[in-house]
Amino acid sequence: MSADSLLAITVLWGFVFIYAVMATMDFGAGFWSMVYINREKTNATNIANRYLSPTWEVTNVFIVAIVVALVSFFPGATFILGTVLLLPGSFILILLALRSGFLVFSHVAKDYEKALTYVSGISGFIIPALLMLVLPITHGGYIEQLNGVHQLQFGQLFTSPNSYAFMGFAITSTLFLSSLLLADYSNVADELDAYRIYRRDALILGPISIVMAFLIMFTLRTEANWLYTNMLEYLPFLIGSVLMFLLAGASLFLPSGRHKNRRGRPRLAVIAVTIQYLLASYAYGRAHLPYMIYPDVTIESGFTHPNTFRALIITYIVGFSILFPGFLLFWKLFMKDKRYLKQNES
Amino acid sequence: MDDLVLARSLFGTTMGFHIIFATLGVGIPLMILCAELLFQKTKDPDYAVMAKRWTKGQAVLLGVAIPTGTIAGVQLSLLWPGFMEVIGRVMALPFQIEIYAFFIEALFMSIYVYAADRISPKMRIVSVSLVLFGATASAVLITNVHAFEGTPAGFRILNGEIVDVDPWAAFFNPSFLVSAGHVTVSAYMTGAFVIASIAAYKMIKNRKKERVYQFHRKALMISLVIGGVFSLLTALNGHESAQMLHEYQPEKLAAAEGLFETQDFAPLAIGGFTDRETQEIKYGIEVPWALSFLAGNSFDTEVVGLNDFPEEYWPPLFVHTLFNAMVLIGSSLIFLSMVGFAWHKILKKPHFPKPLLWLFVLSGPLSVLSIEFGWIFACTGRQPWVIYRLLKTEDVVTGSTQIGLLFILFSLIYVILGVAVVLVLRYYFKRHPVEDELTHSVDKKGEINV
Ligand code: HDD
Ligand code: HEM
Ligand code: HEM
Repeated sequence: MSADSLLAITVLWGFVFIYAVMATMDFGAGFWSMVYINREKTNATNIANRYLSPTWEVTNVFIVAIVVALVSFFPGATFILGTVLLLPGSFILILLALRSGFLVFSHVAKDYEKALTYVSGISGFIIPALLMLVLPITHGGYIEQLNGVHQLQFGQLFTSPNSYAFMGFAITSTLFLSSLLLADYSNVADELDAYRIYRRDALILGPISIVMAFLIMFTLRTEANWLYTNMLEYLPFLIGSVLMFLLAGASLFLPSGRHKNRRGRPRLAVIAVTIQYLLASYAYGRAHLPYMIYPDVTIESGFTHPNTFRALIITYIVGFSILFPGFLLFWKLFMKDKRYLKQNES
Repeated sequence: MDDLVLARSLFGTTMGFHIIFATLGVGIPLMILCAELLFQKTKDPDYAVMAKRWTKGQAVLLGVAIPTGTIAGVQLSLLWPGFMEVIGRVMALPFQIEIYAFFIEALFMSIYVYAADRISPKMRIVSVSLVLFGATASAVLITNVHAFEGTPAGFRILNGEIVDVDPWAAFFNPSFLVSAGHVTVSAYMTGAFVIASIAAYKMIKNRKKERVYQFHRKALMISLVIGGVFSLLTALNGHESAQMLHEYQPEKLAAAEGLFETQDFAPLAIGGFTDRETQEIKYGIEVPWALSFLAGNSFDTEVVGLNDFPEEYWPPLFVHTLFNAMVLIGSSLIFLSMVGFAWHKILKKPHFPKPLLWLFVLSGPLSVLSIEFGWIFACTGRQPWVIYRLLKTEDVVTGSTQIGLLFILFSLIYVILGVAVVLVLRYYFKRHPVEDELTHSVDKKGEINV
């Protein structure tokens, strides 16, 4: 593994991680705004929408960034991935289009808000499941070559318990992370009812998601043993990840620092959970190397032309330094500004 | 149908749908910026109302522009993996830089829409300008990939291997500036005429309500000025695009003009249909010598005809009709905007005759149609190549075979999104008629809340 291809895969992994966090928030918020749509009093839906309205566009750019980074850093992987993912990729695209479209429409056409919110809410938790399915596909075992064309074996994919563990993990993580973040968001906005609801949801979903994570490991042992054994080499990271999860749980019971009558420190929980996912996905990603698609494509064999790589890295540095102030302003206006957080109407 | 035809139909449909919303996403922010600037200059609250309403419309359109663009981007890899493999090695820069443009657009669009009441007027103008910049940059950059397909540069293929890669030479390929310029100015023009269509339609409907009529007349005048200027630029730059074809893709120009025999003092055929059997244009008008002049600025320029190329490399001949329709629309709209401007600003007439207004109503749909014609001409006219003279479309298509099903599903989604976006826009603007805002804006002194 050369330093260049390692840097490239790290950047790609970074995008995937950022997208994973932002998208779970995004999809989860869509789901919660659907679930709590009938509870007019609690503002839980409003809180979700207030988060969702300005962010979905930015989140969407990340998925495009992932595809572009993949194609530009690893064009050699594009051919097989493109061929194999034609069907699942297209279904994701279709759901994504429905969801984004109807999310926007639901903010404008208030009379139809309910129906539209259902469309965006339901597609919002199926999408993470389908997106997550890309991971087991890269583990090999579900791809076969027919007449020189790589084909995805849907029968095998959908009878494998491992696939279901991944999908279950995707859905429960989405809901867990988003309820936790919305708890934090409503805590900052002093929306106590909403805070109580989202804190409760997080407490229920957290343990389920961790069970799903164990199910993944358990099924991985038989379905993709190469990966399982590799992952065990990073056991300290996995243990650290579980510890962070416990810390997050505990911090939801700590007394609040600033308010006497509130329980929990959601900000701390959010940070701990982010570290939890960071550690776990580092272990997974590291164990996956050098393979992009096992056993056909490695990060070496798919790597782009060195000149193109150099030019790309320069644009990354220049691009993100120019963008940084923009992100900062965005953060200040929507995540910290109390005037925005406390509005009654989103 | 074979998979290649299905893949082309699917991708063409995606692009044909995306381009409508994408073009408006470039054109309308320019109109919003103009309205904001006019408001700051004149303090006339009508302009603030315009900026607010157009922004609302644009925010809804983005709900389709972004997901369809995402589909387009991913479909490139799913349907043409062989093409993207080459692009990834050689022409990755525009795609990568486009990401930054998307970020700029997305960040500042959200700020402009959701924080409008919390930022200063100056910051509002900065935000819209950055939205406009981001959208324009994404159009320019994606067009660059298209330009590269027509005039590839910055690499060689040696025994099937890609060698001597120079990504910046690929980026600044010969047709980049001309093509990007054409796409940009035609998008500004289209945004303006779409607004003109709406304004003119509202003027027809509100002849009696002077206040509303006045409001829409202001909107119409902005769009006629912007539309007029940019349609003129589109035509001038289109002329350069044609000269670029003359130099780099002569068979495309020959197909566009329906020219079979290589000749100097070549005539320009306007209208009509190309007949492959008799090798002539039927039902067209011929202007002697004009094509030679257009192609090379002198009458004795030799223009290459189709017969100089093997027939398997001929682009489809119907592009002649598309090309002519685009040019005809472009030229008529220059004229139309001048007439409208003169009527109100020079002849000082406060009311427009109905037939003229109906022509304005047509201008928006016609511009969008030109965009479609232009792109189908440009992409289909490149066939059978996906990268001119280097890579054939049939060699890059995916090996998967379920494209027929996907074609149906995606078409269905486009129909759903297309219908929904129209309904939502109508719903919103029916619920929030401009009359309400015109009375509100007076007592609120132009504070806008989106
Ligand atoms: C409002 C839309 C519009 C209008 C009025 C025009 N065009 Fe155009 N044209 C486009 C919108 C467009 C486009 C959709 O943006 C294209 C497709 C690809 C491109 O680069 O721009 C295009 C392509 C295109 C090409 C092909 C470029 C290529 O194959 O790469 C030529 C030669 C012209 N145009 C020439 C003209 C001329 C001489 C016009 C005279 C008025 C004209 N266009 C008006
Ligand atoms: C946005 C407006 C566009 C429209 C309406 C459009 C339309 C089409 C159509 C109709 C086809 C099918 C060609 C055929 O079957 O003869 C096609 C193919 C294609 N276009 Fe475009 N296109 C657009 C923009 C672009 C851009 C900006 C790019 C560059 C990234 C591009 C790249 C391609 C590629 C790679 C193909 C497939 C291979 C080929 O048929 O050459 N298109 N497009
Ligand atoms: C010349 C034709 C095109 C123009 C003028 C154009 C312009 C635009 C504009 C203005 C947007 C709006 C949203 C934004 O900026 O965030 C957009 C979105 C998008 N377009 Fe296009 N586009 C064109 C063709 C294409 C093609 C061929 C592709 C695929 C390769 C593509 C990929 C995208 C993507 C991925 C998005 C979504 C970006 C996001 O998530 O914000 N576009 N495009």
